[in-house]
Amino acid sequence: MRKYVFQRFLQLIPILVGITFLTFGMMQFAADDAVDVMFEQSGGVTEEVKAAKRAELGLDQAFLVQYGHWLQGVVTGDMGRSYISGKLVFDTFMDKMPATVELMLASVGLTLLFAIPLGIYAAVRQNRWPDYIIRFLTFVGNSLPNFFVGLLLIYFLALQAGLFPVMSSADNPLSVVLPAVTLAIAMGAKYTRQIRAVVLEELAKPYVAGARARGVPERWILWRDVLKSSFITIITLLALSVGSLLGGTAIVESIFMWDGVGKMAVDAILMRDYPLIQSYVVWMSFIYVSVNLAADLLYHYFDPRIRYGKGDNA
Amino acid sequence: MKKLLLSPRYRALWPYLLLAGALLLLAVFAPWLTPQDPYVQDLSISLQPPGGDHLLGTDRYGRDLLSRVIAGSQTTLCASLLLLVFIAVVGSVIGIFCGYRGGWADTFLMRLSDVFLAFPEMVFAIAVAGVLGGGLIQAALALALIGWPKYARLARGLVLTIRTAPYMEAARMAGCSTLTILWQHVTPNVAGPILVTAALNVGTIIMELAGLSFLGLGAMPPTAEWGAMMNNGRSMLQTAPWIILGPGVAIFVSVAIFNLLGDKLRDVLDVRRK
Repeated sequence: MRKYVFQRFLQLIPILVGITFLTFGMMQFAADDAVDVMFEQSGGVTEEVKAAKRAELGLDQAFLVQYGHWLQGVVTGDMGRSYISGKLVFDTFMDKMPATVELMLASVGLTLLFAIPLGIYAAVRQNRWPDYIIRFLTFVGNSLPNFFVGLLLIYFLALQAGLFPVMSSADNPLSVVLPAVTLAIAMGAKYTRQIRAVVLEELAKPYVAGARARGVPERWILWRDVLKSSFITIITLLALSVGSLLGGTAIVESIFMWDGVGKMAVDAILMRDYPLIQSYVVWMSFIYVSVNLAADLLYHYFDPRIRYGKGDNA
Repeated sequence: MKKLLLSPRYRALWPYLLLAGALLLLAVFAPWLTPQDPYVQDLSISLQPPGGDHLLGTDRYGRDLLSRVIAGSQTTLCASLLLLVFIAVVGSVIGIFCGYRGGWADTFLMRLSDVFLAFPEMVFAIAVAGVLGGGLIQAALALALIGWPKYARLARGLVLTIRTAPYMEAARMAGCSTLTILWQHVTPNVAGPILVTAALNVGTIIMELAGLSFLGLGAMPPTAEWGAMMNNGRSMLQTAPWIILGPGVAIFVSVAIFNLLGDKLRDVLDVRRK
């Protein structure tokens, strides 16, 4: 196990280098020059001043040299300053991150709270009306874009019913409800389907028939044995959905004015604040990769049937 | 192909194919189907609620929303489908090449795909579309850049499973050219799973492309595009909620139809059990 963990960490290095290289590289394709953006507001700045600024920022150096400097900064937590606010990118990021983590945890919690019981219930009542209703709802949830769900929730529950604030504010604990529900609907639909499928698969296995024959109560079989075996599926789902969740927060945070990194990134893009965008992409990808590594290590911990190193590492 | 679609096994696909076909016809012939000009502004009839002359109401510039939703079907659906075909074809070609040839190009492209797969899809797309300056083409390019590795990996894996099959060796010994082998023997084996993956992917692509437009990074005003129309109506949610309703429902219905088709196609082709 220890050797496997070490190997996985080693495999991570080229991926991380690749992520930073691509992220840095894509800024080179920017539609406009960084220094031009910085001086856009002040207007009427001579080319000499701009050239001096470029030299100061190292923008006149070769691409690889610039990348090297920037990578060094990423590792040490110094990712430059925002073009717009002038604040340190790292500080701004750390400032906004807790709100995004809170939103993600709330939506994942909500998802699990509904998806696990609904998935199991649909499986147990397979091809009867509760199953049909649950399947229909998951289908609808899966086909609704999150920006539509978010706007509908704002209209009906915030503007019409007045149950929740329209825009998030730090001192209103109810603010988290609507954005979390928005993210949880699509995710919950996917989870419910998968949990239903895996529970059905488990229920067809011989050990369940054996337990039933020995007179083990159905409830025990479900909650103790079947759910335990479904655990791997749930971990996989969680790890995979972090990717779409991280992307989803960008849209949902901007709709609800939730002051997290997603909204920060969308605002930064509209204002061409490249250092902030770079740090956003790099950090989100680091989080995604780490969560997937953690999930992978967890499977090996929970499921000794998976052989170390012989998996799909083509 | 015709006989295949009429066989009992494939008959279940028909209703969904018809629905998707109807949607496509709407998208292709949209310019001739709009009751009014989707771009003409008339401030005297701005923000009219649904009903009367304007079945879905009008927006802030007095443009007929029904016409804009119909015109938007062309932008949103055609762009999404073209994008998907592009991603699936390019990805599969790369995957088939890697799987069949192996060697350093395979190693390089697969390592590259590893890196792309390590980015959360929308995070990458938002950043790239934004950096490129926004616009429908830029947004589609961003999604294409992050989308190909999934298809490349799938195609490569499928090719690896058949590369050493006896019929492949027979074909090689019979003196078939590489292109003939790839076209006659490899492609048919890869096509099924790729088709199912692509069909299940249509809904996601529609939502992602519309999502980028919703954030202001895709189609630009005054283009009639569903995501952009919703972005436009967002600030007037309280006074004119109908602006987001038409395009929102249109996205939902399109995604739902393609998801149904994808699910059915997977069941019929039974890809999972292969």
